[in-house]
Amino acid sequence: MTAPLLSISALKKTFTAPDNPRHLIVDVPEFSLDAQMQLALAGESGSGKTTFLNLIAGILKPDSGTILIEGSDMASLAEPKRDRLRGAKVGYIFQTFNLLQGYTCLENVLLGMAFGAGTDLAFARQLLDRVSLGQRLNHYPRQLSTGQQQRVAVARALANKPKLVLADEPTGNLDHKNARESLGLIREACRENGAALLLVSHDREVLGQFEHVGDFHKLNRACVQEVTA
Amino acid sequence: MNISGIVLRSLRQHSLSTVVTAASVALAGGLLMSVWVVKQQSKATFTGVNAGFDAVLGARGSKLQLVLNAIFHLEASPGNLAWQDFLDIQKNPNVELAVPLAVGDNYRGYRLVGTTPELFHKAEYAPGKHFELQSGGDWFDPGRREAVVGDFVARKMRLKVGDTFHPFHGLIFDEKNQHSETYVVVGVLKPSNTPADRVIWIPLAGIQRMSGHDPNAATDVSAVLVKLRAGSAIAGFQMDMMYNKQGNRLTFAWPIGSVMAELFDKIGWFDRVLTLVSYLVALVATGSILSSIYNSMNERRRDLAILRALGARRTTVFSAIVFEAAAIAALGMAAGFGTYLGLMAVVAGIIRAQTGVVLDPFAFNPVMLWSPAAFIALGALSGVVPAMKAYRTDVASNLTPQS
Repeated sequence: MTAPLLSISALKKTFTAPDNPRHLIVDVPEFSLDAQMQLALAGESGSGKTTFLNLIAGILKPDSGTILIEGSDMASLAEPKRDRLRGAKVGYIFQTFNLLQGYTCLENVLLGMAFGAGTDLAFARQLLDRVSLGQRLNHYPRQLSTGQQQRVAVARALANKPKLVLADEPTGNLDHKNARESLGLIREACRENGAALLLVSHDREVLGQFEHVGDFHKLNRACVQEVTA
Repeated sequence: MNISGIVLRSLRQHSLSTVVTAASVALAGGLLMSVWVVKQQSKATFTGVNAGFDAVLGARGSKLQLVLNAIFHLEASPGNLAWQDFLDIQKNPNVELAVPLAVGDNYRGYRLVGTTPELFHKAEYAPGKHFELQSGGDWFDPGRREAVVGDFVARKMRLKVGDTFHPFHGLIFDEKNQHSETYVVVGVLKPSNTPADRVIWIPLAGIQRMSGHDPNAATDVSAVLVKLRAGSAIAGFQMDMMYNKQGNRLTFAWPIGSVMAELFDKIGWFDRVLTLVSYLVALVATGSILSSIYNSMNERRRDLAILRALGARRTTVFSAIVFEAAAIAALGMAAGFGTYLGLMAVVAGIIRAQTGVVLDPFAFNPVMLWSPAAFIALGALSGVVPAMKAYRTDVASNLTPQS
């Protein structure tokens, strides 16, 4: 039996609120994701889904617990090593896409490679071709429709040939038709590139397209409970 | 895409503030280099110009005035000396060459200087260089009303061989003071890049006997240019002692370079003020780099968070901001050389027009190396403050709404 791609245990994260009490946001005792698996986690706004993804991506450091990605414990690494691991193995699709406005489509995708294995112009073009933006390589995000911007974000998330793609409400800013197309694209692109997909959403229609759906409320025991500082 | 790629794109994204800030660096850098080069070149040139002579003998007075009058053709003569004084110094065994000068007239503001042909034939205005005429010209005949015109005057007054003119009395042009004598231009000097280019040379007797001049002073001269005999190391000291210490009638300005150096020592305060001002302008320019980047940090915060989310380390975004600041300074300094050349063209033109001394903007000066290096270093330093802000940027809170 092979080890899962992502393996989380006893993961906890608290935040200090302005009025000073500490809030437990994430408390996940156990979670795993196999390589190339596609899993959607259902959860309402404010349930800590984004924090959970940020912890997996190493953007946030947990208070305790382990986050093993292909055997490397993101939780115990120092920040520079977390950055490196993220750059090499994780792709991230944000709800607001987070494209750099001063960069063209091609440059945004190249930037997704810059902190991993290094830039590969041919692969960047190939990815943009794959998301049907091969004719808009030198367009800036402001020159694209919302749906097109989202596709650039998808291409960028796959640019570093990640083992794991995290998607945070990726269709939240899209209309119904675009959301459906976009989700299909994300799933196909991840499959083609051999990446596992962990998506969080509150949208039932989005969740309905996945074979594997988990309930984030059951996964996360925190439910924003207040703890003593 | 590496840090340089990120820096280039940021410069492009903030192109307006990049251009404005780089322009302020260009002005500051150009000003600093110009001040530096003008002050060093002018000192070197003014203390180096001696028209091929070691000393000037003149009436009792200021050595500086004497040198300015006889070598640079500026200032008024401190007075006359008798013809016998010229003959005495000419006979002195320490003297290789003595050339008398007489001043007191002008042609539309350009000074007429009376002298003898020895000035052109025997004196070397620079080592190994004698005055030369442009084609078709000739030297003046000491017995005729003929003139040899310096290159600068010829161009400004459009004088050419065969032209005639009436001199004006005094060193300052006044249309009412025209002399009746008519002079013929017989030659135009080739450019010597010395104050001689700004002078109209006529025979000594021409000034001495010009209508309206004091007939009692008809044999007087304004100054004598003196070249000491080579190898006579103590000649200058002996003559300095004879004229300046033991005598009380004449002034022996020697050595010419030291006399001019005294002028620069006297105006050293002005030099320091100019330098201080250019340093301050440099500081303000690098401050503008700081403020332009710092003020844009709020709008950059999200971009920095995105870069971090894609795997950029804190040190990467810190370095990108520092390099961006240094790049703005470098761009500014590249343009600063253009500013420098523009400023130098104006300043050198003014100095040449006023003194005949030529400054060379293209001559290498160490300031052309150290000032760009200093500006780039200061620029990078000014980038440290916003870079610290970039370093501390919180990724999660700047990326996306929390859910």
